[in-house]
Amino acid sequence: MNRHRARVGYLFVAPFLLVFVAMLVVPLAYAGYLSLFREQLIGGTTFVGLENYARALSDERLLGGVLRVGEFFLIQVPLMLLLGLFFALALDSGMLWLSRFIRLGIFVPYAVPSVVAALMWGYLYGPEFGPIAQLAETLGLPAPNLLGGSLMLGSLANIVTWEFAGYNMIILYAALRAIPSELYEAAAVDGAGAWRTAWNVKIPALRPALLMALIFSVIGSFQLFNEPQLMQRLAPNVIDSAYTPNLYAYSLAFTSQDVNYAAAVSFLLGVVIVAVSYTVQLAANRRRTP
Amino acid sequence: MTTTATAPVTAVARAEGRGIAGHRRSPALTLGMLAFLIYFLLPLFWLVVASTKTMGDLFASFGLWFADDFSLPDNLRRVFTVQDGMYGRWLLNTAIYAVVSAGGAAVLAALGGYGFAKFGFRGNKALFGLVLGAIMVPSTALAIPTYLIFAKIGLVNTPWAIILPSLVNPFGLYLMRIYAEDAVPDSLLEAARIDGAGEFRIFRQVVLRLLAPGFVTVLLFTLVATWNNYFLPLIMLNDPSLYPVTVGLANWAAQATVAGGSGDVVPLVVTGSLLSIIPLVAAFLMLQRYWQGGLATGGVKQ
Repeated sequence: MNRHRARVGYLFVAPFLLVFVAMLVVPLAYAGYLSLFREQLIGGTTFVGLENYARALSDERLLGGVLRVGEFFLIQVPLMLLLGLFFALALDSGMLWLSRFIRLGIFVPYAVPSVVAALMWGYLYGPEFGPIAQLAETLGLPAPNLLGGSLMLGSLANIVTWEFAGYNMIILYAALRAIPSELYEAAAVDGAGAWRTAWNVKIPALRPALLMALIFSVIGSFQLFNEPQLMQRLAPNVIDSAYTPNLYAYSLAFTSQDVNYAAAVSFLLGVVIVAVSYTVQLAANRRRTP
Repeated sequence: MTTTATAPVTAVARAEGRGIAGHRRSPALTLGMLAFLIYFLLPLFWLVVASTKTMGDLFASFGLWFADDFSLPDNLRRVFTVQDGMYGRWLLNTAIYAVVSAGGAAVLAALGGYGFAKFGFRGNKALFGLVLGAIMVPSTALAIPTYLIFAKIGLVNTPWAIILPSLVNPFGLYLMRIYAEDAVPDSLLEAARIDGAGEFRIFRQVVLRLLAPGFVTVLLFTLVATWNNYFLPLIMLNDPSLYPVTVGLANWAAQATVAGGSGDVVPLVVTGSLLSIIPLVAAFLMLQRYWQGGLATGGVKQ
């Protein structure tokens, strides 16, 4: 009976695992394999061991891209998560009028494709006919060059924040709704007000949800591609082909046709993401149990 | 990630505005939130306004208000007729890719999540741990090797090149597993087994219904991910009649930049963008009861 049940269990998980192996494990292994070779004009493809990785680790264009997305992560993610947290707490406090409308309105950008978001903000940022520039002109102020070198990273951070703050709000809000009432009752007995309840009960209870949101943000930041790729056309002098590691891997594979090196770069990027994610988790867990 | 918290998921559906009794509504907080709401809705308002403008007015009139000429019908007609109605084709492609991928991913995640939650087969924990670890593998790092494999077996430039990679959703499996743990009582399964029902009949007739909110959540979020996907179709497809709407719009936008002010393509990009977001926004609004409940599961537990 139990052996039969175990077999049934395998049958239930088999379809997922089959596709998982075919679409995730195999490509990953293939990327690892490819990254160990080099294609040469003379002599064809040769095994070069870790040479591509050595090249990647001293490739200033790649390192520049990694640093840039690292900076992006440090600027954008705290801002986005704090906004999401603030919105979720405000909604959960019961102190808002129109809370349903506000909640859905803030969440709507999540359903907008990043391509559309980037195109839209690209027009809004536009120095010639963008409304931001128009407003500045009407007020007689110098229009900020939102597509210029110094502001571009911030402009991209704004697009991503616009897209995902509402999503994070919903995740955190859902977690807040699931806090058992006993915790609130205990806080009420202690005479805690709204702010102290938020600080002492709600935020600690949000830990797992915040950590999950943070991990997804690590992944999203370091993979940054769509937004800069679309802004590239508006500001080709600011966003080059190695602006982010993913743009670089893309141009290596499809413009330079150097798939072996592109595979090594993709693989390294994956390693960076996993390493940062684990660091974030370790840091979070260490703080929980000092 | 280990299972630590065990708070019940059922608490989600509670009435709004609870917490400590006697809360007053706050005008200041409401106004503050409305200010944020304007930030989130203003670009969409701009998009609606812009889609009613002619090429000339897009550049000449103030961006955040309507111009004298109302050219939305004309823009719509052009969006659906240029290049022999290519835009309609893109929308249809997007819908097909998204619906097939999301349906497939949700079914695989529901079967697998239930299997991992309720059957203690050997290797259960190790396999599930492997899948969990894969959540962190960046999908864009997989796209290039997947492209190379697909090129070898002739799948590049076919709908399968988009659908197959989108079927794997490790986070969906994770969500369904924790959801199934709580939502499917063991006693109910035992009773059905004693009645002599086969395992797959139990799944179809009993389990699937209990998993519905989780299922809809995975379905919707995979739908969004595929609907909005850009990187994968960008590298996999080069036949414009196979493009999803994201890649198509990006192509139009590129033409608009190349043509400068002369190409008259910008109204197409703007109106096409507006149309492309309507179905998803509608789906989220209509199904909000389901996904908000389903999402709580992922956030509460770790």
